[in-house]
Amino acid sequence: MSEASPAKAYTLHLGVIALLFVLSFLLPEYYHGLLARIMVLAVFAMGYNMLFGYVGLLSLGHAMFFAAGLYGAGLAVIQLGWNVPLAFLGGIACGAVLALGIGLLALRTTGVAFMIVTMMFAQVFYLLILYFATWTGGDQGMVVPQPARVLSFGATALELTNPTVRYMTALALFSIVLLVTLAIVRSRYGRVLVAIRENEERTKMLGYDTFSNKLAAVVISGTICAASGAAYALLFGYVGSSFASVQYSILPLLWVLLGGAATTLGPLIGTLFMYYVIDITSGYTSAYLLIVGIALILLVLFFPKGILGSVRQRWLGWLP
Amino acid sequence: MMPLLTTKGLSRNFGGLRAVDGVDFALMPGEIRAVIGPNGAGKTTFVSLVSGRIQPSSGMIVFDGADITSQPAYIRVRQGIAYTFQITSVFANLSAYDNVALPVQRTLSDGRSKGAVRAGVMAALERTGLADRAHMPAGQLSYGHQRLLEVAMGLALKPRLLILDEPTQGLADSEIDNFITLVREIAKNATVLLIEHNMPVVMQLADRITVFNAGKILAEGTPEAIRENAAVQEAYLGTAP
Repeated sequence: MSEASPAKAYTLHLGVIALLFVLSFLLPEYYHGLLARIMVLAVFAMGYNMLFGYVGLLSLGHAMFFAAGLYGAGLAVIQLGWNVPLAFLGGIACGAVLALGIGLLALRTTGVAFMIVTMMFAQVFYLLILYFATWTGGDQGMVVPQPARVLSFGATALELTNPTVRYMTALALFSIVLLVTLAIVRSRYGRVLVAIRENEERTKMLGYDTFSNKLAAVVISGTICAASGAAYALLFGYVGSSFASVQYSILPLLWVLLGGAATTLGPLIGTLFMYYVIDITSGYTSAYLLIVGIALILLVLFFPKGILGSVRQRWLGWLP
Repeated sequence: MMPLLTTKGLSRNFGGLRAVDGVDFALMPGEIRAVIGPNGAGKTTFVSLVSGRIQPSSGMIVFDGADITSQPAYIRVRQGIAYTFQITSVFANLSAYDNVALPVQRTLSDGRSKGAVRAGVMAALERTGLADRAHMPAGQLSYGHQRLLEVAMGLALKPRLLILDEPTQGLADSEIDNFITLVREIAKNATVLLIEHNMPVVMQLADRITVFNAGKILAEGTPEAIRENAAVQEAYLGTAP
């Protein structure tokens, strides 16, 4: 794991980022837009993976952190008239504060109880969004008006509705989060998180306050997910309650499982894979979810550790 | 000289069973103390109370002059009480290196020195003879090596009190000899509390022996005195000789 082959790992990750950059100029318009969306959602999956993959805590409530960023940023623009960078930071702050509160309460439980508690909190969050429809738009959601979605640096103004700007912004966020997660999992803190996943009791007996370490991981995870939500609101202009529903708590779990839990690039691979399977199969048949289901079953049967997890196990042991 | 560890009236009930029953115990610094007794005598429960893995029903634990009875386990570890598990519980999926790096990195006050972690890990692995296996996953080490890795992790905590819970269980005779040398080495800088069933090991290592029976201290003394003690023989053999 850590200490071994840092150069290889960083080269690979920078290579992936470079590849995504080049793809921006090669992809046809439709896939260009799709990939921008996938990169933002992959950030959501990376946040989820931080907690699920590395600490081994299975949450079924991460939609609330994504939605906290989504609504935090969206409402800041629509109701308060904040500019884009401020609204983005506001969304992230909402997610971080929410994650701290939820973590303090939910981490009193473990295992199945943790899944249920996080899911219940997420449902409360979802219902609150519907209840306060006057401000949130209820189940209709809200559209972030185009004129507000502009990044201005002095005289130059970048319109986030422009496909290239949108793609590059998504890529920038994705790259930062990817490199940050890589640094975290290779750090001493990352080693402690894995130790907690493997054997929490033993980790305590090495002198670690496992509760604080887990709480920090929940906050990091929630903050990353909120960053994804905030970027989604500002880049794609739609803030909707469906993003807070239980479906969006299960999706990041699926993406991470597909790509490989506890691998830094797994979340991207999983999200990409799922989107493309849906995209390709829905072109042939209206029963595309059936094919998606079969693909998932085959993957679980033959790649139980996810795509990258299996690659790491069989061929590339050094993958972070 | 002040004892490093004392317990007063230490008790722990599991339902109706008094696993540890009003134990008054004192351990002097630098000592190697063996704790022996029949199965179910409360030895492991006793050291679990000392290490903080379980909470006492009543009584008090004093370490280095401070009352630590209500402190969580991780704080006690930081104060210098290290516990190596009876059932080997190394991190099987992590390399031997990472297993030892976890205690080493926590004891380092300087957060940046990557070289210091490496040096500390390799020193602990070399002392236990595992240096050439540093990058093997711990789960793939032989049983004897896993036991040694467990000791290396305990050592890396730089403990003042090292609690070894049946460390030679499952070791081959040749490994036991190395182990005795290792414990003598450790005892130069630390106090050792050793739960052990293997009597030759106990007789060779211990300065003093405490005998537990039915949750209480039955006898305490030098190895010679314990060997001659009639009550101890009765507890072990069931009848007076």
